[in-house]
Amino acid sequence: MKALVAVKQVIDAYAKIRVKSDHSGVETDNIKMAINPFDEIAIEEAVRQKEKGIIQEIIAVSIGKAGSQDVLRTALALGADRAILVEAEQRFEPINIAKILKVIVEREEPKIVLLGKQSIDGDNNQTGQMLAALLGWSQGTFVSALEILSDKAKVTREIDGGLETLFVKLPTVITTDLRLNQPRYATLPNIMKAKQKSLSVVPLTELALSLQQHIKIEKVTPPSERQAGMTVNSVAELVQKLKEEGVI
Amino acid sequence: MQLVIAEHDNKTLKPATLHIVSAARELGNDIHILVAGSECHAVAEQAAKIQGISKVIYVDAPAYKHALAENLAALIHSFAASYTHLLAPANTFGKNIMPRVAALLDVAQLSDVLEIISVDTFVRPLYAGNALATIQSTDSIKVITVRSTAFKIAETGEKVAAIEKIDKNFDLQLSEFVAQEFSVSKRPDLTVARRVISGGRALQSAENFKLLEPLADCLGAAIGASRAAVDAGYVPNDYQVGQTGKIVAPELYIAIGISGAIQHIAGMKASKVIVAINKDPDAPIFKIANYGLVGDLFKIIPELTEELKKVI
Repeated sequence: MKALVAVKQVIDAYAKIRVKSDHSGVETDNIKMAINPFDEIAIEEAVRQKEKGIIQEIIAVSIGKAGSQDVLRTALALGADRAILVEAEQRFEPINIAKILKVIVEREEPKIVLLGKQSIDGDNNQTGQMLAALLGWSQGTFVSALEILSDKAKVTREIDGGLETLFVKLPTVITTDLRLNQPRYATLPNIMKAKQKSLSVVPLTELALSLQQHIKIEKVTPPSERQAGMTVNSVAELVQKLKEEGVI
Repeated sequence: MQLVIAEHDNKTLKPATLHIVSAARELGNDIHILVAGSECHAVAEQAAKIQGISKVIYVDAPAYKHALAENLAALIHSFAASYTHLLAPANTFGKNIMPRVAALLDVAQLSDVLEIISVDTFVRPLYAGNALATIQSTDSIKVITVRSTAFKIAETGEKVAAIEKIDKNFDLQLSEFVAQEFSVSKRPDLTVARRVISGGRALQSAENFKLLEPLADCLGAAIGASRAAVDAGYVPNDYQVGQTGKIVAPELYIAIGISGAIQHIAGMKASKVIVAINKDPDAPIFKIANYGLVGDLFKIIPELTEELKKVI
């Protein structure tokens, strides 16, 4: 079985987010970039399924500027077999990302697509569901356990207040949640090996898609800053303050 | 015209739906609510009592019993052409379904809307709330998930809207329900709790982490953790508050032994009152806390628990 894993390059989860002074977006110059943590979990899951003998080939795909090759190399070092970068200068909304991924899915014909439930930049949590809809496939979202059977997969989903188990028919789109697994670290030999693996770059224009912009960003602003409050000197004083605030 | 997608368990309407109705009322005054489920007439009746609703669209079929995304999205899509806005709560119910609806309509989806500026312009968070984007949708149908805590709860009352029963059966058979299992914890869920107690690495062990339980019990609070505590194995992953964990905004957030990494602060800084307890007076958490208490948490936790017992 072939698996496609979509990965995105995002600002590292530990970097400080600064809004640009012209309010057009956030600063990305000289900021550490990394693979979206939820997508790393998706890669790890594909690799584990391959180690079990269920998946035979893992194709990592990303959409973005040439710099996104870095996250594809990470995916290859973690165990993906080959990678595809759909190279595009501009950033796309999830609906357009889903349309681009659909073309790649139709070319590669995987039985399963795995991707993070959301990217930690836009926090949209849409791409997987949209891709499933465009393909007419089933979807398993926010997945914390995955068992691939012959013509379906058993998924455990993280829902508010608990867990839900579903069977989803193959082919399917799976979006991964935090508890699915703990991604491994890429070892140095695997990082070296990843450099030999195939990474093909497909210019977006080659896909002959007409993509329309649906959302205009008017401005991006920082949230109102919290001011440091006061230091209390005792538990009794703290409890008194909390009473005054009306929160206890 | 607005269509609100009701979240329910076939017996009771979930309160999130009432918040979404308030958001819809900022967009227009001819609001319909879709109650789709199985043997869920009672829910349709509850929905009819929400003030400000002009009609309940009630669809009852086994295919909708478990809110499977494929079936429900196809159903919502079939109604969409009559509306300018489709709204659902930005929780695991709404986020599962609405992107699918949007893709079927070939429109964008707006996630986690916090504020409505006009019928086409909205504010939503990026980077776990570290930035706020004001965005304008150019689509004729706007598909929106709404952060329910950002909108007040709609009243229910005397005026009862008409219930229109419609038969539509989208049984795509792409997925099949197996089971649901809700955590039996007597504590509230982290993301909806009014009070949250979180522990960090300074608790030193899984055993010590349990010290937070009596404190949480006496406040009726949920228990969370920093990523450092999760990584150290003191508690499972689903306790994690932060950018890659859960985003919380309770009335009271007590951070105990948490230094305040950016990652963590991103997940809790929208809390109304933040209390930080830490032995390091220079910990960054104090910069965003309303009340800071410097000291040994192993002494403070039991003392605080006792003090709170006296007043609650």
